[in-house]
Amino acid sequence: MIFDIHYMIEIAPRLLAASVVTVEATVGGIVVAIIVGLLLAIARLSPIRPLRLAAGAYVEFVRMTPFLVQLFFLYFILPLYGVTFGPFETGIVALGLNYSAYIAEVYRAGIQGVPRGQWEAANALNLSPARTWISIILPQAIPPVIPALGNYLVVMFKDTPILSTIGIMELLGRALQEANMTYRFFEPLTIVMLVFLALSYPSSIFVDTLERWFKRK
Amino acid sequence: MRFDDTPAVKLQGVCKSFGSTKVLDNVNLVVREGQKLAIIGPSGSGKTTLLRLLMTLERPESGTIEIEGELLGVRSVRGRPVRDSDAHLRKVRSMIGMVFQQFNLFPHMTAIANIMVGPLHVLGMPRTEARQSALELLDKVGLSDKADAYPRELSGGQQQRVAIARALAMHPKIMLFDEITSALDPELIGEVLKVVRDLSRETNITMLIVTHEMSWARDVSDRVIFMDHGAIEEDASPDVIFTNPTSERTRAFLSAILER
Amino acid sequence: MLVPPYVLAWLVAGAEVTIKMTLMSAGLGFPLGIVAGIARLSRWRLVRLVTGVYVQIFRGTSLLMQLFYFYFVFPFLGLKFDATVIGVVALGLCLGAYASEVVRGAILSVDPGQRDAAIALNMKSWTAMRWVILPQAFVAMLPPFGNQVIEQLKATSLLSLITISELAFAGKKLLQTYGQLSSIYFLVLVMYFVMNMPLSLFSRWLERRLSKGLHLGRVE
Repeated sequence: MIFDIHYMIEIAPRLLAASVVTVEATVGGIVVAIIVGLLLAIARLSPIRPLRLAAGAYVEFVRMTPFLVQLFFLYFILPLYGVTFGPFETGIVALGLNYSAYIAEVYRAGIQGVPRGQWEAANALNLSPARTWISIILPQAIPPVIPALGNYLVVMFKDTPILSTIGIMELLGRALQEANMTYRFFEPLTIVMLVFLALSYPSSIFVDTLERWFKRK
Repeated sequence: MRFDDTPAVKLQGVCKSFGSTKVLDNVNLVVREGQKLAIIGPSGSGKTTLLRLLMTLERPESGTIEIEGELLGVRSVRGRPVRDSDAHLRKVRSMIGMVFQQFNLFPHMTAIANIMVGPLHVLGMPRTEARQSALELLDKVGLSDKADAYPRELSGGQQQRVAIARALAMHPKIMLFDEITSALDPELIGEVLKVVRDLSRETNITMLIVTHEMSWARDVSDRVIFMDHGAIEEDASPDVIFTNPTSERTRAFLSAILER
Repeated sequence: MLVPPYVLAWLVAGAEVTIKMTLMSAGLGFPLGIVAGIARLSRWRLVRLVTGVYVQIFRGTSLLMQLFYFYFVFPFLGLKFDATVIGVVALGLCLGAYASEVVRGAILSVDPGQRDAAIALNMKSWTAMRWVILPQAFVAMLPPFGNQVIEQLKATSLLSLITISELAFAGKKLLQTYGQLSSIYFLVLVMYFVMNMPLSLFSRWLERRLSKGLHLGRVE
């Protein structure tokens, strides 16, 4: 038969267990992305020209090349430089580095949204650059862009299946593994679709709520 | 079946709220054909909403509106009110035109294209005829030389005159004017007021004019209503309302306005 | 980092397929997005609902999953299509869903007074949309559409996983055949960058021109 609901129910627990890997990868990736992204954003606004240009070039390059190819690239070159990550770590690094370029732009918008006067006041109070960033600028720059960051979290979650190409057994990878054993594709892939829908629909509502909440502040 | 004394506009028990604010409270109004009615009152009194209801831009919560004897937005099926069909609504709506405070000209079209778009795509008029008629209307409002200008190249007064021509191109029986000079610089107001005054003298179009220009209102209209808090406070001839109003609130409003 | 000519030729052939797939899926996706975007604002609840479901499914799930779904499940349902067709359809449907949101936003951003004026002229819904709303919304759609073409070009790399020999596939084949890992893959990245660069520059130029020159929308 074309669609066997019993089979679908049977494999569901196994696939849902693999979703944990998806979540882990997403969390790992977003953590790397928000940290590296912040550094990139600050670098892009740095008075040191080479730093500014290097960060800018990095962001442009990453944004205009596909994630799949970046992932493979890292998977192959990192071992050449003696970095022995497993596929999972490579995947998180790849996700993090890719999304850091987009998140850097998000931060940049937030930072540029802080009124000029704040910088001038910090200068007048003779605060060091580090202190200016940490105590004055970032606390004002980051809250308005949190909805955008939340949005990227959702987007990254939808990109995790690409990690299956380097052997990470996240949801889609596990589903295909299952399908290749039994030659039944409809049921596993449907579970994958349902899991994604189940997680993305409430997340988008959550991000919308975040946006409205931050607009009011 | 139409009798000669079918009113152009008839509102019965019309109520409208936006959220918790009651904007129109049980309004009853009858306007005869050819009448020029000025509507004055403080902001928030419901004047604009009244016009918007007539133009079907809003729907009343309760009550009925009749245009030339036909129910607006509602049909009577075996004696019971039922939501109107598209075709019938548009048939009734075709008798009404409106000029807006913000002009609302189509910015991606020239002045003449703005005037032609209704006759061409709604009335199905042939292009040459529509163009000819549009040129005549432009001439009427004194803008023949601006036919191919875009709205952004025109002054506020010129844009509003184009907007009036655009509404007239649809040959409405009833014209609604919603504070048409309130968004204009003072020196541009006169040219627009003149156009509407000429219109009121030369045609039998029923006109409902919401305005703050009191002396013009007195000049143009043959009947004035004063609205306050969603109800018609006073309804009389221009002479009575402007010289000796009966209601205390009308008096207070007019003295505040004319004080300037 | 010496690159033999046969390597380059192989990669260029792959890049050609990449561009072809981008154009074809965009040719499906953008018109679909415009129709869907308008449909989401329809008066009829059923139309809004059905389109909403389409948009939610294709925006709420992974593109790779959608691709595999079509590739693996269609044969089961008796639909035997060429991989290229499946690729174009999957990418097109996905783009259509994202594009519809752009279209919807653009239509809603048109001054409401324009809608009032159209009603005052007794226009039918479609007449107003065709002559008044869409021409003005179109200008707001172009910059995001520009970005989406870039995303689409990157997305074609996923087609390598369903055996379509575009650029990423070519890169992988070369790796398997000739080794010389990092330089080949870096070259692939550079080629994507080179293909996207003109699109990005054009998109940014377009954005600047539109915000400066054409005052479409608000009447001053």
